[in-house]
Amino acid sequence: MSGRVLVGVKRVIDYAVKIRVKPDHSGVVTEGVKHSMNPFCEIAVEEAVKMKEKKLIKEVVAVSCGPQQVQETIRTALAMGADRGIHVEVSAKEYESLGPLQVSKILAALAKKEEAQLIILGKQAIDGDCNQTGQMTAALLDWPQGTFASEVTLEAGHVKVVREIDGGLETIKINTPAVLTADLRLNTPRYATLPNIMKAKKKKIANVKPADLGVELASKLQVLRVDEPPQREAGVKVESVDDLVGKLKEAGRI
Amino acid sequence: MTRIFDLSGVQTGLRLQSSQAAASANVAPKASLGFSFELTEQQKEFQELARRFAREEIVPVAAAYDRSGEYPVPVINRAWELGLMNSHIGEDYGGMGLSIFDACLITEELAYGCTGVQTAIEANSLGQMPVIIAGNEAQKKKYLGRMTEEPLMCAYCVTEPGAGSDVAGLKTRAVKTGDDYVVNGQKMWITNGGKANWYFLLARTSVDPKCPTSKAFTGFIVDADTPGIQIGRKELNMGQRCSDTRGITFEDVRIPKENVLIGEGAGFKIAMGAFDKTRPPVAAGATGLAQRALDEATNYSLERKAFGVVIAEHQAVSFLLAEMALKVELARMAYQRSAWEVDMGRRNTYFASIAKAYAGDIANQVASDAVQVFGGNGFNSDYPVEKLMRDAKIYQIYEGTAQIQRLIIAREHLGKYKK
Repeated sequence: MSGRVLVGVKRVIDYAVKIRVKPDHSGVVTEGVKHSMNPFCEIAVEEAVKMKEKKLIKEVVAVSCGPQQVQETIRTALAMGADRGIHVEVSAKEYESLGPLQVSKILAALAKKEEAQLIILGKQAIDGDCNQTGQMTAALLDWPQGTFASEVTLEAGHVKVVREIDGGLETIKINTPAVLTADLRLNTPRYATLPNIMKAKKKKIANVKPADLGVELASKLQVLRVDEPPQREAGVKVESVDDLVGKLKEAGRI
Repeated sequence: MTRIFDLSGVQTGLRLQSSQAAASANVAPKASLGFSFELTEQQKEFQELARRFAREEIVPVAAAYDRSGEYPVPVINRAWELGLMNSHIGEDYGGMGLSIFDACLITEELAYGCTGVQTAIEANSLGQMPVIIAGNEAQKKKYLGRMTEEPLMCAYCVTEPGAGSDVAGLKTRAVKTGDDYVVNGQKMWITNGGKANWYFLLARTSVDPKCPTSKAFTGFIVDADTPGIQIGRKELNMGQRCSDTRGITFEDVRIPKENVLIGEGAGFKIAMGAFDKTRPPVAAGATGLAQRALDEATNYSLERKAFGVVIAEHQAVSFLLAEMALKVELARMAYQRSAWEVDMGRRNTYFASIAKAYAGDIANQVASDAVQVFGGNGFNSDYPVEKLMRDAKIYQIYEGTAQIQRLIIAREHLGKYKK
């Protein structure tokens, strides 16, 4: 096995920022807004770096798709311990319609090119909340997938994954190469230390175009409208259980 | 290490909004106008790291350390691991050789978390600075090298019970005896006094009372375990209570001549020269405290209601906040200028004193105003601002009192006008 792990990292609006919808309802305001690495992607990077520290794998490659600014996110991954980065250049216009299907095609192509043993992604991005990229990537590659991972054990030729599912925890064993998606409790991402931030500047980030990977970016999806969630309205107090049942029936809830 | 989100009104999450205009990080830079307030990518990353560390690992424990007065060893060790300490030590000695400006960015963020913790860390830089600027190769390797190999502390040992501002009036004597110097005297208010692995010591070597200050004193590096050093009790102070401040007695302490910095009589200039590089970070620390006070007060004012509205909507309160914001922004610009000047290779004494004087004064004003915004709650130890007010006071005293800074500023200022 190549001992190479591909980690996808996405640049998203920082979780602490108050999101505002654009006046034309075409999307959310991103101009001048603080961005950072998707928290689940951080967990993915941490898992890969830990594997490298345990000498289970040899190289961690951080990948991000998007315009120029995503290089910041790749740098953060490098500062956390990734060895090199790949920036898949997507113009700002194309980025607006870049979704999980396109990203999965890109990741699948890169995984083949880089002969990756593992792809580790965050389970979902906090902007799109799609929770699709990991699954689609595995399907395109015909690789097994271990999603919502809260514990990962890499062994020769396979991975044991403990998955967080509705009923509790499910442990599966899948062969490598495989795709894993990180859930919240998989690990606690490290801070990049100051010396590592400085060392990260010397690490390489390669630029690649989707066309070079034979990937078409055209999306069949179109965002029609973005609205804020409805304002929370005041509740109504009722005197008795009968009243409650009556009101619920009125509102068509039961 | 657990990540903690949203404590006590201060957003301690991973990345925070602040007056540092983090939002502008994504705006394309315009062509250079020759004067820039823009941080480099690396500086932003350093700042981000320090900010995150302070909010996640210092803020949650600061109040407890303030109450107990216990030295924050785990926090200091963690800061050391992350590379947030000893930033001035050069790469030849295992350090990162950061600029004073970069060090200030980090210091402000740490101080935001707790100035007691930050002072303990900053005292290392103060103790090291004489060695950095005046040490020979062997001294640097021995005493700076060890700081980057394990989390050790050091201290700047100059002030005495009878001599603070009047450094030239210090009485600790160092007498040349064979190849050694024998030191006798008393030092006081030494930060990290009880935790230091070594001290920078200033002592009088000249016996001639008429000897000029520039020749009468000698700077030494002293190992803390040298026989004859008696460490006093930990002093109980108004604020920054987890920082370790002590009196130290030197009784026939022998220092080998290899530990003299530059040579006999060169001490005063070394001791004072260190300040040009350490005053900007101290100003940055005061600014961090002020920023914290401003954030706490602002968040409170947007939640607390009086007369039917949040108190931020009453002009008496919003004007208070406006003036607090004004002061914080100016203090920041002042320390940044003073750090930038010395990094450019210029003598920055004028700017360093301005920054330290201003930041120290406004930290006190802003902290006091923050307590005011909190009203009765502000006076109470369940709320974070009374600690800020107690912590702020020392910024007008140590590292050169507010009055000494004014002496320096006046001297520098008039010096420009005199023919």
